[in-house]
Amino acid sequence: MELTIDRDRCVGAGMCALTAPGVFDQDPDDGRVLLLDAEPQPGQVAAAHEAAGLCPAGAITVIGDPPGPRP
Amino acid sequence: MHHEPQATSSETAARETAPPTEPVTLPTTRPTGCPFDPPAELAQLRERQPLSRMTYPDGHIGWLATGHSVVRAVLADPRFSSRQELMHHPLADIGELPPATVGDMTGIDAPEHTRYRRLLMGKFTVRRMRELTERVEQITAEHLDAMERQGGPVDLVEAYAQPIPALMICELLGVPYADREIFQRHTTTLLTQSTDQEAQYAALTALQEYLHALVLAKRAEPTDDLLGDLTTSDLTDEELTGIGGLLLAAGLDTTANMLAHGTFALLSNPDQLAALRSDPDLADQAVEELMRYLTVADPAVRSALEDIELDGRLIKAGETVTLSMQAANRDPQKFPDPDTLDLRRKATGHLGFGHGIHQCLGQQLARVEMRVALPALLTRFPTLRLAVPAEEVPLRTGMNIYGVHRLPVTWDKE
Ligand code: HEM
Ligand code: SF4
Repeated sequence: MELTIDRDRCVGAGMCALTAPGVFDQDPDDGRVLLLDAEPQPGQVAAAHEAAGLCPAGAITVIGDPPGPRP
Repeated sequence: MHHEPQATSSETAARETAPPTEPVTLPTTRPTGCPFDPPAELAQLRERQPLSRMTYPDGHIGWLATGHSVVRAVLADPRFSSRQELMHHPLADIGELPPATVGDMTGIDAPEHTRYRRLLMGKFTVRRMRELTERVEQITAEHLDAMERQGGPVDLVEAYAQPIPALMICELLGVPYADREIFQRHTTTLLTQSTDQEAQYAALTALQEYLHALVLAKRAEPTDDLLGDLTTSDLTDEELTGIGGLLLAAGLDTTANMLAHGTFALLSNPDQLAALRSDPDLADQAVEELMRYLTVADPAVRSALEDIELDGRLIKAGETVTLSMQAANRDPQKFPDPDTLDLRRKATGHLGFGHGIHQCLGQQLARVEMRVALPALLTRFPTLRLAVPAEEVPLRTGMNIYGVHRLPVTWDKE
């Protein structure tokens, strides 16, 4: 799984940092998303997928790798 | 708690073959005896036609969205505008609406909206709000102490649900301690149903004047808080005052009703109450489920800026769409067995804080408040119960934010 973010779209709602804290954070100054890990470990993949789906602004894109539970 | 009229098989067949052509009006009557359930007609509409034509009180023929995926799609789509002057009011004929007042980011679109949102969102991050946990715990404990001293019955709204969010907004804005009593007196007057309009208007004016004076004070001597920080931005005094007012308007009643109505819902579902009591780790999930189940801030409204095809229908430029988040949050396609309060379910993806670029700015603060205040109340009073029969709890029917006007509760003394 590979992730990209579009910081221009981000509205700082924090759904990403709430849902997958190991993968996303928010810039302490402007509140916008920070990608901590563009290729999350297997244990984080499901949460990262969920965060991408929950982002209200469509600022997170998952490349490759269909969503769904991981072994 | 939910008795939907049983449809006969011939009715069901008719429903499938003949979608209604007549526009509906926004259903607002909740089923009697079910203070937590949306109007039953919303569920029927969602089943037949998640995007329906709707007649607005001013005569406009627009739309009503009730399905989770349609509601979410509209909220995420920038071709649907939040501009207040474009909107037809779903519940009252109030004529043409003026543009949003200065600082009110809810009623404007990008790029004007982006400017405000960018300046504010750094102050509401998950991390910053979690840092406020300790303050919420302190404030919560103080109010529980006061309740315990006073002894039951007490009105939970006045004693607990309103002061906690009010004081947290004071923290955020940087209202000095010395002013908090006056500030709270005005907000209570504003939020209480029984006060007359004149008193409410006076309280509103006093709050606006107070906020304006506060902005001037922060400008003269910036302090380490939201308003103090923002004085270094390019926002004018008028904009800062407007933003302060918006945070009050958006953050008080909403959170207060989630706390009070959330408690009412838990007391009405003893198995869920017991689950939360026995497992404090359930709090985070419980809060999401209560947000889904209660959806106190509803509906949202948008207007099409161009012709838009959605769900097989054509929404014409200028038409208003009312988004029933409460119906969306009970959509069985998204949430199985949606009318059951189940704190253990995965309720994420609910639209209780909205969706899209206007999704609630204060949601991480609201989460911290609810995650702390609900379990703390249950822990402090293991025998907490309603002090009146459930039917006598006054519901906020017809108010902007749903919930309860008062929640008389009591408990056994040690
Ligand atoms: C549980 C409590 C809360 C609920 C249910 C709630 C609900 C909502 C909803 C549904 C929206 C979206 C409205 C729309 O799209 O038209 C919204 C927006 C907003 N909320 Fe909240 N809210 C809560 C707490 C708060 C708090 C505590 C604050 C601030 C201290 C706050 C500040 C705002 C602001 C500023 C907006 C407008 C955001 C924008 O337009 O970009 N809310 N809220
Ligand atoms: S969820 Fe989306 S909008 Fe919210 S902070 Fe993360 S990237 Fe930004």
